Amino acid sequence: MERRFWMTGLAAAALLAATLPLRAQPVAADAFVKQVSADVIDAVKLDKAIQAGDVGRIRALVDAKVMPHVNFQRMTASSVGPQWRSATPDQQKRMLAEFQTLMVNTYAGALTQVKDQTVAVKPLRAAPDQTELVVRTEVRGKGDPIQLDYRLEKAGDGWKIYDVNVGGFWLVDAYKGQFSKDLSNGGLDALITRLADKNKSLAAAKN
Amino acid sequence: MHPLRRLLPAACLALAATAAAAQPASEAGKTAAGDPWERYNRHAFVFNELVDAVAIKPAAQFYQTVVPSPVRKGVGNVFGNIGDAWTTFNLFLQAKPAAGLNMGMRTAVNTVLGVGGLFDVAEEAGLERFTSEDLGQTLGFWGIPSGPYLVLPLLGPSTLRDTSARLLEVNDSPIVRVWQEPRDHNPAALLQLLTIRAGLLNAGRVFDEIALDKYVLLRDAYLSRRRSLIYDGEPPDGDAPDQAPYKKLLPAW
Repeated sequence: MERRFWMTGLAAAALLAATLPLRAQPVAADAFVKQVSADVIDAVKLDKAIQAGDVGRIRALVDAKVMPHVNFQRMTASSVGPQWRSATPDQQKRMLAEFQTLMVNTYAGALTQVKDQTVAVKPLRAAPDQTELVVRTEVRGKGDPIQLDYRLEKAGDGWKIYDVNVGGFWLVDAYKGQFSKDLSNGGLDALITRLADKNKSLAAAKN
Repeated sequence: MHPLRRLLPAACLALAATAAAAQPASEAGKTAAGDPWERYNRHAFVFNELVDAVAIKPAAQFYQTVVPSPVRKGVGNVFGNIGDAWTTFNLFLQAKPAAGLNMGMRTAVNTVLGVGGLFDVAEEAGLERFTSEDLGQTLGFWGIPSGPYLVLPLLGPSTLRDTSARLLEVNDSPIVRVWQEPRDHNPAALLQLLTIRAGLLNAGRVFDEIALDKYVLLRDAYLSRRRSLIYDGEPPDGDAPDQAPYKKLLPAW
């Protein structure tokens, strides 16, 4: 009798444990950033080809571990500014493609610098119900620590990155400054052509 | 008397001009407004790029190839330690005594136990370099606006405020204090330049790769970084009117 009681209890506990992952708790923003950074850094440390600057491998890593967590559409829209809303779907598509190539190149360049770094996530200062917030981290390695902050937006139970700050400089601000001249001179098409040229010359330089 | 002491009045004048030209829009983020001297600046930028390509970068690469890594590290540590002393002084000027004491301790430990800063023993003891402060940041902390962006020949990106601060620093910079004779501190400054440039070799490559307009990228990066440093990494968000960082120290009433 008593034994049966225990069996039932155990079975119930097992059942409860099994259902827990289904009702996933919302992930805290700082834990999310910690997880993504650790994933990327660990992958780089394990991969000699990436450390040697193998662009194909880096691109695969970025596509697999970084891009799923980025609201790339939003980053592009805010980098382009008002002209984004008046762009045709075809222009938007081409812009997204070229910008993504440029971003991956940027990121790839940065990743070849990863050696013995660790990422320290600073304590989160945000209300629990905030849907947009900043997570501050510091990359520590040889030399002075590098400030690396993320702007996150709530996406379902998780988070998406929509801007990154390197050493005090937000990426979207950086691209806004880079894009503004082409946008005011020749509009979005001129900018897309410029990005395509840039990407081609980068690809040529690497092969 | 140091010949550069003659520049002091000029520096004060420039400072006054900075204060007079005070317009919050000239801070980073709202970029084009902060660059009324773009025409001149672009010339200086092209000149600097040229000097870097033919002299400074090759010299830094040579330095990196020829001098073994532990020696370069030691040299970097010595300059880092001198910088820490300067940071300490500036932290006190910014009324941040706790941070100042911390950096002062770090400098003392490295100077004494680390043989004049050659070894960064403080870091291993948990006294890390958590910030780097200069006079330009101190002026910014007390609410002096950056003024227009200014590219200095050979020295690179700056602003009117940071240039003024630099001129004030010339006489009393830590390098001049440590190596008092010009024949000593000029080579020291050159070695420091090589150390810094060698450290930037890889970053420079990334920078070149992503830039559509390198002048603008460098300008925006410099202005954003300086602004971020002045606010200790947490500048107020774009739209809010800038409030001088020192006001955080005041009690709210």
